[in-house]
Amino acid sequence: MSVQTGVQPPAVPNTSSRMTQRTRDNIAGFLFISPWLLHFILLIAFAMLFSFGTSLTETDLLTGYKFIGLGNYTRMWNDELFWKSFWVTAYYTFALVPTSIVVSLAIALLMNQKIAYQGVWRTLYYLPSVVQGVAVALLWGYVLNPRFGLINAGLRAIGIEGPKWLYSEQWAVPGFILMGLWGAGGAMLLYLAGLQGIPTPLYEAAEIDGANSWNRFRHITIPMLTPTIYFNLLINIIASFQVFTQVYVLTNGGPNNATLTQVLYIYRKGFQNFQFGYASALAWVLFLVIMLFTILVVRSSEGWVHYEGELKK
Amino acid sequence: MIQEEKAYATTATPLTTRRQPGTEWPLLLGKVQYGSGRILLYAVLILGAVIFSLPLVWMISTSIKPDALVFAMPIVWIPPVPDWRNYYDAWTKAVPPFTTYYANTIFITLMNIVGLVLSSSLVAFGFARIRFWGRNTIFMILLATMMLPSQVTLIPIYLFWSKLGLVNTFWPLIAPEWLTNAYNVFLLRQFFMSINTELDDAARIDGAGWFTIYSRILMPLASPALGVIAIQAFAFNWNNYLGPLIYLSKPDKLTVAIALRLFETQQSQHIPETMAMTLVALVPVLLVFYVAQARFIQGIVISGVKG
Repeated sequence: MSVQTGVQPPAVPNTSSRMTQRTRDNIAGFLFISPWLLHFILLIAFAMLFSFGTSLTETDLLTGYKFIGLGNYTRMWNDELFWKSFWVTAYYTFALVPTSIVVSLAIALLMNQKIAYQGVWRTLYYLPSVVQGVAVALLWGYVLNPRFGLINAGLRAIGIEGPKWLYSEQWAVPGFILMGLWGAGGAMLLYLAGLQGIPTPLYEAAEIDGANSWNRFRHITIPMLTPTIYFNLLINIIASFQVFTQVYVLTNGGPNNATLTQVLYIYRKGFQNFQFGYASALAWVLFLVIMLFTILVVRSSEGWVHYEGELKK
Repeated sequence: MIQEEKAYATTATPLTTRRQPGTEWPLLLGKVQYGSGRILLYAVLILGAVIFSLPLVWMISTSIKPDALVFAMPIVWIPPVPDWRNYYDAWTKAVPPFTTYYANTIFITLMNIVGLVLSSSLVAFGFARIRFWGRNTIFMILLATMMLPSQVTLIPIYLFWSKLGLVNTFWPLIAPEWLTNAYNVFLLRQFFMSINTELDDAARIDGAGWFTIYSRILMPLASPALGVIAIQAFAFNWNNYLGPLIYLSKPDKLTVAIALRLFETQQSQHIPETMAMTLVALVPVLLVFYVAQARFIQGIVISGVKG
């Protein structure tokens, strides 16, 4: 299959060529990056312009476009389901991201201990994070089953009648959060690398100065790990706002839209109700929401992220 | 706050334990050496490992149960008579059988691994090694596009493929990967930048062109990083759901991810069969990760920690 486009090996420089080296480098450079240039022009720049244009219209993409200005955006303002999807996604993100950081960090601290069979333990905690997508959703659908699922069976064993999880408006999102936490072992590796990069003399110096374990943890371990925490925070917020597969596979937004996430709502409006104009507007608002939170985190990072290599002012 | 003057590389340290002092807060840091602390440590470790592994164990156990035992309480972990037929029945019961879905998914995944490794390395080489007009500006644009959620461009790209009449073919799932993406270019470019340019210069004096330097010098040196990209491409394409959901609807074109969910809806009374097929779908993922674990982990560490 010849899908690859626009990439020809740049001409071998010919010593007697009339072109200067600089011109040749310019041509070679653009040839090398041409796959991404094509990607940018077709799949990003053109698509974004088109998507924004579509968001100003009412269209099913087949019978034509009716320009309605900012109509889709004002409609969203009064659309209860849009607001619901926003709150559901925000709830999911801001409950899952901090808890999963705490869980991964806790596992990393455990793994950083001198323990027998370290490789085995690490694999046991890491393995679930490798399992993704539909497989994990189908499995967790049964794990969270109120009647015979693992979690409620476990709760019953200690005398608690578990909630109805995905069948309950109140407990469906927490169910998805548990599912997300199951993959916390993935980030554990990053924290482990971070922990092992902390120079031992730091701890020794602190100990000589009389700092106890808690103080060393609070004032050495945590600050030294902030770059890793920052990276995870950013990546996880962006990813969690785009949650789709699990929700689509397991609840399709239900019960009573309690798990209607923003991407699911975009999919529903576009590919199920054929309101592509409105769906485009929803996608742009999701983009703005993600950008807003990204900027907030990046701005705040100056206050709490500690870079050891940085010169102190 | 305690600070140390010298910079050091967080990323280069191998994943081995290092001795740190401190015993009073055994689970916060430091090495627990003594009786009660160590018992507590292992208790926490085992409890956590059990919680993390139980869902997978449950899946394996359920996949060889007769339907009736699924609902048994307390949970029957080892069925008295393992029902291996679940695998065969489920595989052949689907229409078309799972063989078709696996053939489709393997084809898409392999094509995309090749396409992504080739295109990402070419582009990353261009940004890392060649000085050309506008390079830094274009690279900044590339970094900025990493923030864009794919949902924004989903509808126009869908329209594009439907106008070309290529919905229900694999083209919409394969072609974009052959045009690389910002994340992989960034990752590989960082890697190429870390390779000394002396080799390039020597090769250029000998009359080698850029493509020769790319294919003969940098590519062989970059194989660990290319491995990381290949594994990530494998995981993404094997699990991709939204793409196939939008573009593929004919039964003989479906991928494993889509077929699994359909199977579950159609066979909801046969939970063991669904679990059997889910488990089979996980085997390649687990295998690839097992074989490539060391390199893969190293790779996330290279690309990850610096943020």
